[in-house]
Amino acid sequence: MIAIKNVSKHYGSFQVLSECSTQVAKGEVIVVCGPSGSGKSTLIKCVNGLEPFQSGEIIVNGISVGDPKTNLPKLRAHVGMVFQNFELFPHMSVTDNLALAQVKVLGRSREEAVQRGHQLLERVGLLAQAEKFPGQLSGGQQQRVAIARALSMDPICMLFDEPTSALDPEMVKEVLDVMVGLAQEGMTMMVVTHEMGFARRVAHRVIFMDQGRIVEDAPKEDFFGAPRSERAQLFLSKILQH
Amino acid sequence: MGELDWTSIPGALPFLWAGMVTTLEITLLAVLVGIVWGTLLAIMRMSGVKLLSWFAAGYVNLFRSIPLVMVLLWFFLIVPALLESLFNTPRSADTRLSSAMVAFALFEAAYYSEIIRAGIQSVAKGQLGAASALGLTYAQAMTMVILPQAFRNMVPLLLTQGIILFQDTSLVYVSSLADFFGAAYKVGDRDGRLVEMLLFAGAVYFLICFSASLLVRRFQKKVAT
Ligand SMILES: Nc1ncnc2c1ncn2[C@@H]1O[C@H](COP(=O)(O)OP(=O)(O)O)[C@@H](O)[C@H]1O
Ligand SMILES: [Mg+2]
Repeated sequence: MIAIKNVSKHYGSFQVLSECSTQVAKGEVIVVCGPSGSGKSTLIKCVNGLEPFQSGEIIVNGISVGDPKTNLPKLRAHVGMVFQNFELFPHMSVTDNLALAQVKVLGRSREEAVQRGHQLLERVGLLAQAEKFPGQLSGGQQQRVAIARALSMDPICMLFDEPTSALDPEMVKEVLDVMVGLAQEGMTMMVVTHEMGFARRVAHRVIFMDQGRIVEDAPKEDFFGAPRSERAQLFLSKILQH
Repeated sequence: MGELDWTSIPGALPFLWAGMVTTLEITLLAVLVGIVWGTLLAIMRMSGVKLLSWFAAGYVNLFRSIPLVMVLLWFFLIVPALLESLFNTPRSADTRLSSAMVAFALFEAAYYSEIIRAGIQSVAKGQLGAASALGLTYAQAMTMVILPQAFRNMVPLLLTQGIILFQDTSLVYVSSLADFFGAAYKVGDRDGRLVEMLLFAGAVYFLICFSASLLVRRFQKKVAT
């Protein structure tokens, strides 16, 4: 579904990604972790072309992301993405947040889009908030709306960039529950997160990044059993402490 | 200088009103065209396409470095000739109003584009990413997600710039076009009551602009809360 081959990216002389390679099969859930600044966000944003990269190749569903001829908006329409800061559109109601791209990108009628949006709001437990504006919702609710918004495009895979790290601790679970549900339904997911509980429950593989490199890429059991690199061991022991 | 004598004002009101209509026409058109053209300039400037951003930056810096009154004079000289060659309008036709409108609109666009550029940059950068991630094109993301938020933040600044423009329109006196100020000057001169008329005109400008800025400030507070 997603193949990342020798991807490198630099800002001037600063190497953000060096020779990153991995792949995500259909239905697979991959957790990406690593210290802050190691390039996790950059890597995941390369997958839907939000960040350009200088060398290597990324293929999503048979389409090359880096190819200048690729119609990126069309590709992105089917790759859901959830951001650390939710990024709901603050000037639109929850319903309109969910309907906008369905209507403008997928060409659905407004009624159809609203109906599909409300189905998904019900699924994340927020149908009652449909007519509110994002500013009137808690962080956890906003992030669940953001997930529903991404799902409304019927994505073939979902990318998450630290979806719970901007949340108050008591709201983390409500968002993770939605994500676990998705994983169990067989959604292909690439998730940047430090929630190791989530990784243990639903991940198939865990990737550990450090200084722009993929240092470990191992099945969950191996990663939590005995990570090979010292950096990953140190990182794990740190984040498992709290 | 004798006693002030205000008795000529009531009789002059219709003429002054016609002048005010001209002033408002110029202001409104310049604000509308200025905002539309200013938005395009701001987008060109931020487009990352070298040619476009150079053009926009050059345009803005040019107009911001030339006195408005000179721009007006140029347009009073250039636009009639241009109209003549394009549409065969007779040279005698009165093109002062349209020249003034074009000049103000192009001049204001330079100022508006800077306000709008700041407004666009004030919208969180992640919003463009989120809109793009949903498959919206750059143009769609701009018009449906970024600009509505930017304009909401900018309304007070845009209105304040409109109030300044309302006052600056009085510079059309260089073409002896009868805007509100021009009308007051002409009628005062005719009746030999220039001082009274200009004091009266000043009071009207003050009343309109001061109450407009009070409204803007109240609106600003409402938006902020
Ligand atoms: N536009 C940019 N210009 C220069 N450096 C950047 C830019 N964006 C990110 N970086 C750098 O790239 C590195 C990786 O960033 P990021 O992918 O956000 O890391 P992570 O998500 O793992 O915390 C960081 O060191 C960051 O400072
Ligand atoms: Mg990050």
